[in-house]
Amino acid sequence: MTASFMILAVLTVAGTVSAMGLRNAVHCVLALALSFAGIAMLYLQLGAQFVGFTQILVYVGAVAILAVFAIMMTHNDKPMALPDSHAAWVAGCVVAVAVFAVLTRAIVSSTTAVQIQTQTVAPQPGVTVQQIGDALLHRFVVPLEIMGVLLTAALIGAVVIAMDRREEMK
Amino acid sequence: MNSLQSYLILSSLLFSVGLAGALTRRNAILVLIGIELMLNAANLNFIAFWRYGPNPEALTGIMFTIFSISIAAAEAAVGLSIILAAYRHSRTTDLDQMNSLKG
Repeated sequence: MTASFMILAVLTVAGTVSAMGLRNAVHCVLALALSFAGIAMLYLQLGAQFVGFTQILVYVGAVAILAVFAIMMTHNDKPMALPDSHAAWVAGCVVAVAVFAVLTRAIVSSTTAVQIQTQTVAPQPGVTVQQIGDALLHRFVVPLEIMGVLLTAALIGAVVIAMDRREEMK
Repeated sequence: MNSLQSYLILSSLLFSVGLAGALTRRNAILVLIGIELMLNAANLNFIAFWRYGPNPEALTGIMFTIFSISIAAAEAAVGLSIILAAYRHSRTTDLDQMNSLKG
């Protein structure tokens, strides 16, 4: 556990907690962008450069901006009619803490993680973008094509769902 | 605790915070954001296992993460447009007030 890992971990967790905890929805999305950027830096630290930059492009660049747009388009001046119900809040937090406890117990007591670590004290694997492109266009070409179809369908579907139909009905 | 375990614990912490947000927030957009955070935690797991696993040259962790990010992007676009359509109908994004299936 290095110092840079600790700094990035604190940054990411702080961004995540404030993304889920702040009152103002726009502040939440800004904190979310911080959290996504922290995860991207963790990818870079793990040696996955391509995934790290994809994370910045897709999440910080597109998903966070899309969420800001959605919040602005659904903004109304009505104050929140109901405050967050206390019982539901406590129940949700208890479930999340229980999940975290189970996962952490499994990770700490796992022998597989220790074995993996001791087997391969490999140096940072140097993966070039060329290797990733070769793999995408040879071994993973069918999933890549399916992904293209899925993204096209999602694009058209999003436009159709969000389209305002009141004009047609008149 | 070795470095693989510290990455796994960090990602389970991110997952739990996202889960808490998805369960407790009442704003539909913030619930969707919580789900995105949980997906991100899973992606971090893939990359950590790829980095410390036995065969990093096989690139499987990276490929899985790239496809997972693409699916998450498609999911975010469709989810936000569904929220927009629901908002246009009921004039609210509060999940407690969106309690009617019938138009």
